[in-house]
Amino acid sequence: MSEWWTYRVADFLMYSARTWHRLIEQYNAAFWPLQLFAVLLGLIIMALAVRAPAGQGRAVGGILAVLWGWVAIAFLWRRYATISTAGAWFAGAFGIQAILLAWAGPLRNTFSFGVRGAAGWLGVVLLAAAVLAYPFVSVLAGRGIAQAEVFGMMPDPTVLGTIGVLLIARGGWRRRLLAIPVLWCMVSAAMIWALRQEGG
Amino acid sequence: MSPDRVSRRAVVGAMAAGAAAIALGPDHLQAAVAAPQTKPIPSTGEQVPVVGLGSWSTFNVGKDTQLLDECTAVISAFLAAGGRMIDSSPMYGSSQATIGYALGKLGHPPVFSADKVWTSSGAEGPAQVQESRTRWGIRQFDLLQVHNLLAWEEQLPMLLAMKKEGKLRYVGITTSEGRRHEEIEQVMRAYPIDFVQVTYNIQARQVEQRILPLAADRGIAVICNRPFEKGALLREVEAHPLPPMAADIGARTWAQFILKFIVSNPAVTCAIPATSKVAHVQENLQGGSGVMPNAAFRARMAGAVAAL
Repeated sequence: MSEWWTYRVADFLMYSARTWHRLIEQYNAAFWPLQLFAVLLGLIIMALAVRAPAGQGRAVGGILAVLWGWVAIAFLWRRYATISTAGAWFAGAFGIQAILLAWAGPLRNTFSFGVRGAAGWLGVVLLAAAVLAYPFVSVLAGRGIAQAEVFGMMPDPTVLGTIGVLLIARGGWRRRLLAIPVLWCMVSAAMIWALRQEGG
Repeated sequence: MSPDRVSRRAVVGAMAAGAAAIALGPDHLQAAVAAPQTKPIPSTGEQVPVVGLGSWSTFNVGKDTQLLDECTAVISAFLAAGGRMIDSSPMYGSSQATIGYALGKLGHPPVFSADKVWTSSGAEGPAQVQESRTRWGIRQFDLLQVHNLLAWEEQLPMLLAMKKEGKLRYVGITTSEGRRHEEIEQVMRAYPIDFVQVTYNIQARQVEQRILPLAADRGIAVICNRPFEKGALLREVEAHPLPPMAADIGARTWAQFILKFIVSNPAVTCAIPATSKVAHVQENLQGGSGVMPNAAFRARMAGAVAAL
């Protein structure tokens, strides 16, 4: 793209806020009540990470890998890519993160857990917010629970919860595993800002 | 300074339409909407309505049947109110497929189909055109434009060859928001293009300096994109009351005020606002009808917006 610096964030938003919210609503309807199972997995991750029983690194990494893989295929690839040319790229990034989590967790068992210091407690708050509070953002915004973004089903709460887990975790892999989630936060913030610009 | 006067015939027609609307009741108001004025495409003299329909963002609805049907209603209202030109691009996500869905549902009514080639590979151009035709569900496009001048050195000769072979009626180039205007001018001077598409509205007036005069001089039709800056311009001006001068040109809303400013420019052929709402498409088309401002009045209109 020539003169890319002359484009604004909003110029890259290919769809309207209404289309985006309808996409979430239809996705939720198609897979209901899988959202309840995803929240249950989130609660299991919270329990394993905070209480830190032995062997939790494999289990937590494995669950997160499955959830990232699900979001990559079921939402980003199959749904989001129908309204955004970036959808396939995002799905690829989430797929890579799923592989990295599987490698670091079940295959290599590289991290352990223990809530220590401010970062650890911030991780607990982020994880709890992603699993328990994030679905109600759509309700507070007046769009109803049908358009809720659920941990393990949608990118943003999954990323937020994963960052929380990685802040609680210890081990050499956790910093490398933060790269894609942090990048996604920047992408998502830009998209949310652009949607709000047009009243969404 | 008073705006240009419409013809007596147009006034009588509008009165007759209004009387018919009253007689038929609210359900028939759509049919009674005054059709937009038309302007000739300089290269052929073919008349096109001065308000068309864009599809960026609004028609990119994926496979959502409810939204596809809402877009179909928009296109139906657009055509019923006298609209003809629908503009899209392979860059607009599922917009082409949405238009194809709507045209299929509506029984393939006659439209002026305007689309684009958007690929950096010259070799991929013909295949992309074919894919676009399939998505629209039409045999051939009326107008194909090189989108944002992407690989225009390769795509433009391909489109001109298609036109020569009778596979295309018109050829054009596009840009937006003032980008690459020098290159646009070069192409306008060097190639026998029929259309140029640029950003022009009551705030973004850069093209008035060189592009519009050049288009008039070279006999090139001008399509104006982003008439409302993707809604941002409307949100900005709608915080203020419509100036009294709007009544002199029959503009009842800010959207009509802005559209009348654009399409009344003698060098402009049409504007292509995008919308996902039936009420807005009707409002837009009415902005292309009735009394139009002249140059002095347009200057006052721009001054009024600048002073907000």
